[in-house]
Amino acid sequence: MEKQEKGLFCSGGGCTAKLGPAALKRVLERIPRKQDEDLLVGFESSDDAAVYRLSPELAVVHTLDFFPPVVEDPELYGQIAAANALSDIYAMGAEVRTALNIVCFPEKEDLNLLGKVIQGGAQKVEEAGGILAGGHSISDSGIKYGLSVTGTVHPDKIWRNNGCQRGDLLLLTKPLGVGIICAADRVGEASKEAMEKAIRSMTTLNKAAADVLRKFQVHACTDVTGFGFLGHLREMLGSDHSARIWAEKLPYFKEAYEYAGNFLITAAAQRNRNALEHEVDFQEVSFEMEELLFDPQTSGGLLVSLGRDTAEKAAREMKEQGVFCAIVGEITEQTKRKIIVKGEGRE
Amino acid sequence: MKRYVDARGKQCPIPVVETRKALELMGEGDEVETIVDNEIAVQNLLKMAKQKKVAAQAEQFGEEEYRVSFSRTEEGLNGEESRKKANGKEEKAQKKETGSRKDRVVVAISSDKMGQGDDALGEILMKGFLYALTGLPVPPTAVLLYNGGARLSVEGSGALPDLRRLEKLGTEILTCGTCLNFYGLTDKLSVGKITDMYTICEKLTEADKVVRP
Repeated sequence: MEKQEKGLFCSGGGCTAKLGPAALKRVLERIPRKQDEDLLVGFESSDDAAVYRLSPELAVVHTLDFFPPVVEDPELYGQIAAANALSDIYAMGAEVRTALNIVCFPEKEDLNLLGKVIQGGAQKVEEAGGILAGGHSISDSGIKYGLSVTGTVHPDKIWRNNGCQRGDLLLLTKPLGVGIICAADRVGEASKEAMEKAIRSMTTLNKAAADVLRKFQVHACTDVTGFGFLGHLREMLGSDHSARIWAEKLPYFKEAYEYAGNFLITAAAQRNRNALEHEVDFQEVSFEMEELLFDPQTSGGLLVSLGRDTAEKAAREMKEQGVFCAIVGEITEQTKRKIIVKGEGRE
Repeated sequence: MKRYVDARGKQCPIPVVETRKALELMGEGDEVETIVDNEIAVQNLLKMAKQKKVAAQAEQFGEEEYRVSFSRTEEGLNGEESRKKANGKEEKAQKKETGSRKDRVVVAISSDKMGQGDDALGEILMKGFLYALTGLPVPPTAVLLYNGGARLSVEGSGALPDLRRLEKLGTEILTCGTCLNFYGLTDKLSVGKITDMYTICEKLTEADKVVRP
């Protein structure tokens, strides 16, 4: 019975459902841009959210994110979709203010399901300290849910995604592999424990991590979602920087590593690979680790670039407060390929 | 032997997983051919072939149709062996599949009546067919019941005794969940398990012989 529902409700959701970076870039390049000096963050840098300055002390941060079901439980799905949407606000260094629901739902489907999805979302908005203020719903063939979130930030304290400096250390606040675990779950090859770990990770707000980071000088920050760790790192590097990643330091779910070895891999991860592979130099990295690095993360962690000392202090404070984090690499001088991944010495 | 996996209309990881299962059954000289409807799936399949050290070739033969053919290489056979040894669970699965394996016969039943003509006669024939199945020297691996066939495994069906007997003989009795739901019979299932389209597809594609009465 449980298995049968799977086909109806969940068929490749979460950030796996995102359009590939290559396709997206082509479309976005053609959109006419209006110049406005108060638009502090727009399309140009592929950042997580748009930021508009209202006064010298206040800017609003706008973001929206929604996707098809990634897990079977409607309430958990609502929580994950909301945590994922809220994450963009944290990735800009901002505070959550208001949120609006975005809902696509089949007319004939059981409305109790929708009730649970929205309930799950509302819980996360509350946890984030925001107010759910409305929303919009349309009838559609498949279920989709998410939030449009508005936050605020001081214009001088925005964490852009591309401000990293040479010598910075890179910090990651959630383990990798939730995309692979969800893919394994869709074909009945994920263990209950693995799925529970993935769900716990996806429903965790990036709030606690951001709260610690606000005490430090953050050079650049983004959240790791559909384009995978390497995709979002690539956006962070812009045209001026390169990075070296230490595979043995990368946190991941051990089941995800195992499932990658059993080829429980998604189309989205392969699209990420196609978009990036030519810019990545894998040095003795196992196949499994490569897959983890391209794996689309639904509601993934923050990837943060901080000065060397600051990074270590921030990591220490996070650990003290029980917030997950790992230092996974560094910003380097320009290298021939933008990203070097040093093998974990396993194979 | 050549096995076919038709994974058109399926999202990754399903084409890769179904092909992986077919590759795991592959002996020397065997081939596997997978058909998919998008290039990304082809790339994922080739990626797996490379890891498994299996020779693979891809070609596009329709606007949205690609064929990927796999065959064993010498290195692949050896490579796979050592990989298997490292992974006891997989080794066990492999053994189960190859150990004195008879041809896998899957019976696919899409109606509660056999043949076309008179419905009453059709019902008698279907009952007779299921009874006869229980008397085969080797019982089928699985009986798949879908669409009208789903009426056979529910409360009040005259076929229940024979289906239960088959189940005791080791035949998997699998009834399509969507169909039970459609007919409002989900809580009436009285033998075997509920299944989904992935499993039905997998059983049909991996069978050596499919029987449709």
